[in-house]
Amino acid sequence: MELRVIADNFAFLILQGFFGFGAFAGGTLRLAVPAIVFGLLLGIFIGLGRLARSRWIRVPTTIYVEFFRGVPLVMVIFWFWFIIPVLVGKSLPEYSVALTAFVVFEAAYLGEIVRAGIQSVPRGQVEAATATGLTRAQAMRHVILPQAFRNMIPALVTQFIVLLKDTSLASIIGYVDLTKAAQIVNNREIRPFELYLFIAAVYWACSYGMSRYAHALERRLNPQAA
Amino acid sequence: MPYKFDWTVLWTGQAGGWLLDGLITTIEISFLAWWLAVVLGIGSGALRTAPVAPLRWAAASYVEFFRNVPLLVWMFFWYFAVPPLLPDAVREWLFDHGAEFWAALCALGVYHGARFSEVIRAGIQAIPKTQFEAAVSTGLTVTQAYRLIILPIALRLIIPPATNESLNLLKNSSVALTIGVAELTFQTRQIETYTAKAFEALAAGTVIYLLLCLTIATLMTWVERRFAIPGMIGQGAVGEN
Repeated sequence: MELRVIADNFAFLILQGFFGFGAFAGGTLRLAVPAIVFGLLLGIFIGLGRLARSRWIRVPTTIYVEFFRGVPLVMVIFWFWFIIPVLVGKSLPEYSVALTAFVVFEAAYLGEIVRAGIQSVPRGQVEAATATGLTRAQAMRHVILPQAFRNMIPALVTQFIVLLKDTSLASIIGYVDLTKAAQIVNNREIRPFELYLFIAAVYWACSYGMSRYAHALERRLNPQAA
Repeated sequence: MPYKFDWTVLWTGQAGGWLLDGLITTIEISFLAWWLAVVLGIGSGALRTAPVAPLRWAAASYVEFFRNVPLLVWMFFWYFAVPPLLPDAVREWLFDHGAEFWAALCALGVYHGARFSEVIRAGIQAIPKTQFEAAVSTGLTVTQAYRLIILPIALRLIIPPATNESLNLLKNSSVALTIGVAELTFQTRQIETYTAKAFEALAAGTVIYLLLCLTIATLMTWVERRFAIPGMIGQGAVGEN
């Protein structure tokens, strides 16, 4: 064990690799945080679409979800890496490609969480809301979704953990996240054991900490189940 | 620039053979890693509900340690960091015999073992405690009660989430391309490199993955029905994720 390699490169690994401050447009958090926010926005539409009464909305959203849940994320990243330049006519930076891929991919999973959240709201709530004279859309926006979100929070935290770990795959198209930063340092220092164990510890701390938090939230929101 | 489709690249030249090789490697590594994951998962999942505290802690440490770190990091770890720790003879043998395959196998199996463990634990905890008490009161030892009563019931209860996890394992085998395992995604990229037909190559790979997942899901629905516990149909879904 040669821990000096960690100390010497600590700033690069954490500031550049994890947070994304530095020479490269990179960073694990800088990818994961916007990805979950935009993914959730898209996911709300997907989730609502899967519950829509019209078949013309329900079928395409179902296909969307089943498609992205049946394909490896690595494949999806490559799709965007090769297809975006063809569609846009010029190549985009790794950050835009990775963010688009993650938003589109995560929206399929987040859509299912949204759907489950909406379905967990008791039916009487919809009936009561419409009985007071709200339209279906109003009832959804003011009555159902706020309650659904409360139920979704633990699942969303869990999905964010999955996403945070998955962002490591952005390194395969050259995005400088924590994993790529460790690879860069390793190419120079040849200390794989120390470096990979160190980034494993960083991921572990975030992931384990958040999963404890999700667990506590779940217990607080749903005391009788836990 | 308008993109010109040329689907013939998939069956003229070497592309077809590459895809087939990739598919075989993907199935091979997923199948072997699945067995490793199931063995580790059943073992540690059962231990997490064991009546002996140190055994529970050991199993919980395994699960929490491995599942909270990205699979990609484990791939790098098993491939780059572990071999230098091995004796020279073993290391040389490994690098002559496809070290990347074995590293990816360990990474996939150990990582998904931790995830299977959670599924199996949820299955065991879904069984009423009285089953275990009744088993022990008939004179079975704790090990016998697990082997003959608890695990057979739990394994039948968890078929839906276990199928989900198995499909995750299959899809995650694509991460092995990062350390040079020539599986399906790797071959898809190879076709792209040689023919510059990204769209066609990716479409072929994607369709194969979708068909694989669909086949397994259909097969498992049949298995689930075949092994359903009478009177418990529809209660199978325990502890998704």
